[in-house]
Amino acid sequence: MSPEECRTVFEMLSEYIDGDLPADVCEHINQHIAGCAPCVQFVESLRKSVSAFRDFRPQENPAPLTDEAKAELARAYAAMLARRQSATPAR
Amino acid sequence: MNPVVTSDPELARALLNGEAGAFDAFVSAYRGKLFNYTFLMCGQREDAEEVAQETLLKVFESFDQLREPDRLKSWVFRIAKNFCLMKRRKSVFAPEVELSLDELKPARADGDAIAIDIADWSALPEHAAANAELREVLAAAVRDLPEMYRSVFLLRDVEELSTEETAQILDVSLDVIKTRLHRARLALRQKLDQHLRTSKGVYAG
Repeated sequence: MSPEECRTVFEMLSEYIDGDLPADVCEHINQHIAGCAPCVQFVESLRKSVSAFRDFRPQENPAPLTDEAKAELARAYAAMLARRQSATPAR
Repeated sequence: MNPVVTSDPELARALLNGEAGAFDAFVSAYRGKLFNYTFLMCGQREDAEEVAQETLLKVFESFDQLREPDRLKSWVFRIAKNFCLMKRRKSVFAPEVELSLDELKPARADGDAIAIDIADWSALPEHAAANAELREVLAAAVRDLPEMYRSVFLLRDVEELSTEETAQILDVSLDVIKTRLHRARLALRQKLDQHLRTSKGVYAG
């Protein structure tokens, strides 16, 4: 195990935990990690962190949509539909 | 979450055909998501609500320009990203902070050539995001990410968009998205690591 190898592995860890690496690269990392306790610790901490942040959603929700704002959206939608219908030749 | 199970392509077609209920279904499926993203990008509730409304308005106005219904979500978020950029108060010339890998890698433990200096991660509860104090820590860590990393983190890990879709939304290459996502995750991990050191064992057992 060499620090350079740890560094190379470190740079690819997101793709590694996402399963986005080609099989041979992944195998290479598996082999390195199998003999490297610090890398095992680090990968585990990154996995836990990624999953904690993924689960996290801000609790703050938008204020309810006002009637005025909703009407503004509905008008834009209706105008788009009308434009689309007039652009399509009637059969 | 919208209780009505509708896939994005179906929703897109229903909207385009003016089907009953499509408008409400779209607003309820997307308004919260958009607010979430714009709030974490703009940092202010008022701005975030304005940007979310501007985005929805633009979406409805130009819905007939959506070429690929399968890409509804990335099309909508691309519009949101552009409104966020316009809303941004700081100068567009302000340099973006870059996160360097050297600052994000673990330090070596004192007097040891191999061991790393790391918190006890077994203290982190399995459902960390359910814990009120940890939620604060997670929220602050996301806020502290430099904008270009925060944006990639939100689109990839929160909205679960693909690397390709995220690259399309942000107008950068796939490699840039991969690099930024990795650095964003490392920076978030580092914040959580620091927190776990100061709150030793508080969440355990």
